[in-house]
Amino acid sequence: MSRRDSYGRATRWAVLAPPVVFLVALFVIPFLLIARISLSHSVRAQPPYAPQYEGGGVAGAWRLIGELDLENYATILSDDLYLSAFLTSLRIAGIATLLLLLIGYPMAYGMARARASLRPILLALMIVPFWTSFLIRIYAWIGILKADGLINQALLALGLIGAPLEILNTEAAIFIGVVYAYLPFMVLPIYAVLAAQDRALLEAAADLGAPPWLSFWLVTVPLSFPGVAAGCLLVFIPCVGEFVIPDLLGGSETLMIGRQLWSEFFGNRDWPTASAIAVLMVIVLIIPFLLLRRLESRGEEALR
Amino acid sequence: MKHGIGAVAGSALILGFVFIYAPIALLILFSFNDSRLVTVWGGFTTRWYAGLLENEALMGAAWNSLRVGVASATVATVMGTLIALALARFGRFRGRGLLAAMAFAPIVMPEVITALSLLLLFVAVDLDRGALTITLAHAAFTTGFAAAIIGARLAGFDRSLEEAAMDLGAPPLLAFAQVTLPLIAPAIAAAWALAFTLSLDDLVIASFTSGPGSTTLPMRIYSQMRLGVSPDINAVGTLIVLVVTAAVLAATVALKHGERAGAG
Repeated sequence: MSRRDSYGRATRWAVLAPPVVFLVALFVIPFLLIARISLSHSVRAQPPYAPQYEGGGVAGAWRLIGELDLENYATILSDDLYLSAFLTSLRIAGIATLLLLLIGYPMAYGMARARASLRPILLALMIVPFWTSFLIRIYAWIGILKADGLINQALLALGLIGAPLEILNTEAAIFIGVVYAYLPFMVLPIYAVLAAQDRALLEAAADLGAPPWLSFWLVTVPLSFPGVAAGCLLVFIPCVGEFVIPDLLGGSETLMIGRQLWSEFFGNRDWPTASAIAVLMVIVLIIPFLLLRRLESRGEEALR
Repeated sequence: MKHGIGAVAGSALILGFVFIYAPIALLILFSFNDSRLVTVWGGFTTRWYAGLLENEALMGAAWNSLRVGVASATVATVMGTLIALALARFGRFRGRGLLAAMAFAPIVMPEVITALSLLLLFVAVDLDRGALTITLAHAAFTTGFAAAIIGARLAGFDRSLEEAAMDLGAPPLLAFAQVTLPLIAPAIAAAWALAFTLSLDDLVIASFTSGPGSTTLPMRIYSQMRLGVSPDINAVGTLIVLVVTAAVLAATVALKHGERAGAG
């Protein structure tokens, strides 16, 4: 019996219909709304944007479309504030991704090459913090990094510094926060690939006379590329729009685009500009996102 | 490999775990500190914990979070199960890639975007912002995680069991209830637990989609955090860490137990 025939048409519909309706209502339509409101302008009203659809069927809809424009985009793209917030976000996300790779790869490698009995424990140790409150874990760093915090206390006590270092409210604090919060997302995909690697390949390399570092470089690293790529994309994409970490650790001077969106929305009550920022963010992230989807669907193929 | 690459990786692993756990350990330690200056030790106390119980705003927010978490995790688990089933069992149907993209995109999507888009939806359909809108928003953003966990389990076990049941004449629904469901039950439990903890932890989406009177625990904690470190937050944080860790350990044991049963 072929796999396709195992489920009748009615069963398929019954299984598919609820999630499709759910996802269209709560993912697709909200996205279209962002796009539409990004073309409106901000007014003092409830809701705070205009034009609104005021009935009138197709003609009314046409009139509405006629009043939409690209003004918010023009403003954002010509304003240095927004541009530099975008560039800062991309730069911080890029550097953080690189740092995560440098820290995460050796950890994933260590986990994959640990004794088999030890591996589930290491895996649990890596996953548990990811479940515990993100907000609380970022907060914990404030006490460690602030001027009279634990790092400065320790360094002063050891006599290594004469005056407290300024770490909190700098970009360095953001990097620490991002690396800390996103580490499992980098380690786990790399670990998955490394753990599944065929060790016979390394033995073959050794038999052919390659020293361990050479076979690591020529066999292990290239074969782990899908995990590395997945890990990098999994941390880069959300990091670009990160709000909590720059807000709590980065101080008022670090402009990241997620924070800019937040303050347009809550501070200025400018929903159309906030929407236009969101649309631009999606456009910037669409390529990394499509790359990630391709990697994921290849992974699914491999499981079949 | 006791030298070279192995040694480097081993030390990276140890240092990495110190990096991961030290801040949490310090957070817990200083929640018992009898000094307002959170990071200067002033003796042992449990008074911050006693203070929490009297903090009505915090308790109310915790209750809101709990209700939203239970409701949204339940919706997300049901939707996630259906998505995982469709992706794992229906072969290459039309729109399969689209379904996967819609389901999994919110996992990586910056939260501010998801949050803003859902708020605009609720305003457009004129739904009053409150516990219901937060619940819907949380269900939407955690469904992908639930689908991923359950999907991994579905991919991991032998589907010939289901097919055997159907070959013997069981209708799909019966085969699902009798064969598939017991096998994926631990993953369903894990998916629910993850969706629940994600909801309990979310600040950004709740802030956008909440209304007056529906402040959640993270929103409350966050507004206090902006004023600087305070021992109360350390105490709340410690409780959250302990509760979640206990839940995760229970879920892990359940999952391991289920795997052994499933493999047998």
